[in-house]
Amino acid sequence: MTGWSEKIQERAREIIARYPAGRERSALLPLLHLVQSELGHVSPDGIGFCAELLGLTRAQVAGVASFYTMYKRAPAGDWLVSVCTNTMCGVLGGDRTFEALREHLGVGHDETTPDGTFTLEHAECLAACDYAPVLTVNYEFFDRVQADQAVSIVERLRAGERPAPDRGARLCTLREMSLQLAGFADPRPEAVADGPAGEPTLAGARLAQRHGIAVPGYDPDTPIKSKEESQ
Amino acid sequence: MSEPSGAALAKLTPVLTKRWLSPQAWRREVYEQLDGYTALRKALAAHPDDLIQLVKDSGLRGRGGAGFPTGMKWGFIPQADGKPHYLVVNADEGEPGTCKDLPLMMADPHSLIEGMIITSYAIRANRAFIYVRGEAVHAARRLLHAAAEARAAGYLGTDILGSGFDLDVVIHCGAGAYICGEETALLDSLEGFRGQPRLRPPFPATHGLYSCPTVVNNVETIATVPYLVLGGAAWFRSMGTEKSPGPKIYSVSGRIQNPGQYECELGITLRELIELSGGMLPGHELSFWTPGGSSTPMLTAEHLDAPLDFEGMMAVDTMLGTTAVQVFSDQDCPVYAAYRWIEFYHHESCGKCTPCREGNYWMKQVLRRVLSGEGTHQDVATLQDTCDNLLGRSFCAFGDGAASPVLSSIKHFRQVYLDYVEGRRAPLFPTPTARPAWAATDLAGVSR
Repeated sequence: MTGWSEKIQERAREIIARYPAGRERSALLPLLHLVQSELGHVSPDGIGFCAELLGLTRAQVAGVASFYTMYKRAPAGDWLVSVCTNTMCGVLGGDRTFEALREHLGVGHDETTPDGTFTLEHAECLAACDYAPVLTVNYEFFDRVQADQAVSIVERLRAGERPAPDRGARLCTLREMSLQLAGFADPRPEAVADGPAGEPTLAGARLAQRHGIAVPGYDPDTPIKSKEESQ
Repeated sequence: MSEPSGAALAKLTPVLTKRWLSPQAWRREVYEQLDGYTALRKALAAHPDDLIQLVKDSGLRGRGGAGFPTGMKWGFIPQADGKPHYLVVNADEGEPGTCKDLPLMMADPHSLIEGMIITSYAIRANRAFIYVRGEAVHAARRLLHAAAEARAAGYLGTDILGSGFDLDVVIHCGAGAYICGEETALLDSLEGFRGQPRLRPPFPATHGLYSCPTVVNNVETIATVPYLVLGGAAWFRSMGTEKSPGPKIYSVSGRIQNPGQYECELGITLRELIELSGGMLPGHELSFWTPGGSSTPMLTAEHLDAPLDFEGMMAVDTMLGTTAVQVFSDQDCPVYAAYRWIEFYHHESCGKCTPCREGNYWMKQVLRRVLSGEGTHQDVATLQDTCDNLLGRSFCAFGDGAASPVLSSIKHFRQVYLDYVEGRRAPLFPTPTARPAWAATDLAGVSR
């Protein structure tokens, strides 16, 4: 464990303690997120750190780390820009947005700008088709984004601003985000309240409310029958 | 925008989504003001077996795509076997088109936590996990916050509300592998391995997490449980059909006026859903659609009145899936849709089974060739042949799912394939390796 701060070792122990005794290997994914929060990617040293903690070989850890796309094998930028180019986002503008950012940033898929500011990727479905086309910056959602808006988001980031995502929390760096992915609460108390639900999320509920629709016959005191009674 | 008809409006069943309208319902105090944790108190006063029976009586079927009866799944857990039991919530939402669990976890995370406590009590589990998709960071943030609040209030931990029941919940973030939404791959991933599906039997009910009895349920399924405990099985069955009862969150996206989440009774039709979502966009005419994500074979305008429930979709040779209703118009190309989805299956195939790993690799290239205007008649046959070698020949349903967009697009839109092959339709890509034609052009107006 030489070269690793007491703080990160303490966090690693905390992660391992979440899982049942004898099942420590379950901690591997969060530990790899933890490594990424420290180094910005999963380096050979990071692989060794996890292997030593869990009593695994480096090959076992590398085999897992290389399976999952969120573990970066080269240092990633501060801002990971993921453009959804799956079918729905693709037809509604995602393909064009990805091309615009590729030209604007001068990097391709899974590449980082030379100054280490941006990593660009095209993402598979980001589970936000009702907000399509979407992109995320460090996994926070920017909804209904077309190419010109995407370029402006990137420009503001380059200028040192932090544009507010539509639904996620205020932006933090990829390393800070990785600590949360390792299962540690966001240290910014206000972040959890950021990002109110957008109109598509509420569309059906609002329609029902506007027309005064409720499901009839709902009585929270309905008794729970015994198993014998109901058979 | 026209108002929906009374018949369509009558299909709305705001149950799970109703609380979403209250700002900050993700906070415990707000959740409690809106009946939160009353179902837990009621459930803890009942016998666990009675709760399993209640879920069986309700007819609730899994909301993650397969529609397996939830009560039966819980009933498969062997009791008094001396082994630890586990509940694992599948929150690895990522099937193209599917977008219901993320908004639920962001807007109302406590309903999932409360459902988990009740479920764990029923199946006698003292440890539960939420495997949440890694990219869903804001959902994970809200869940971590909710679990901490629940722990502070005595809803989690030891001797919950004086019942003697103990439960610990762990929020476990994935790392970007769609295949981990497959329940056995999810379990392998949660155990710290590559997420690859297991051969079944044995099933997770007896040999799940750490080879112990395990229930794996989808987010929406578990979030339904508190309402079921409060309102009862008969009330639940007042919605939907006999074999597909209850409310269901339909995620409607695409060429419609108001895309979004519409919670309706099972059995609603696409015609009614389009009405509820404000109609098609001006100038767009319905061409093809998926009832429940990319793995469910696409349908056409012919199927506007087919009931969107488990049986109704089987009757038209597709599946209900995750009720991710993606609506495409005459301005969208079904071959492009199949290509993008196969790109996805190629990227996300875990590589364990040869037909899926190799089949998607080749189909992606063949589709690309067709879209580049360099396809042949043989290519269409090759695609069908590849699908025949995929279907039913992989460990998990992912391989079968990959065949769906290809076979269904050929079935309904063979002419479009032929139009590309025979040069009647302009290629979407200038060459098999170039970027899409519309993406490379028209960037002049983009600000620099």
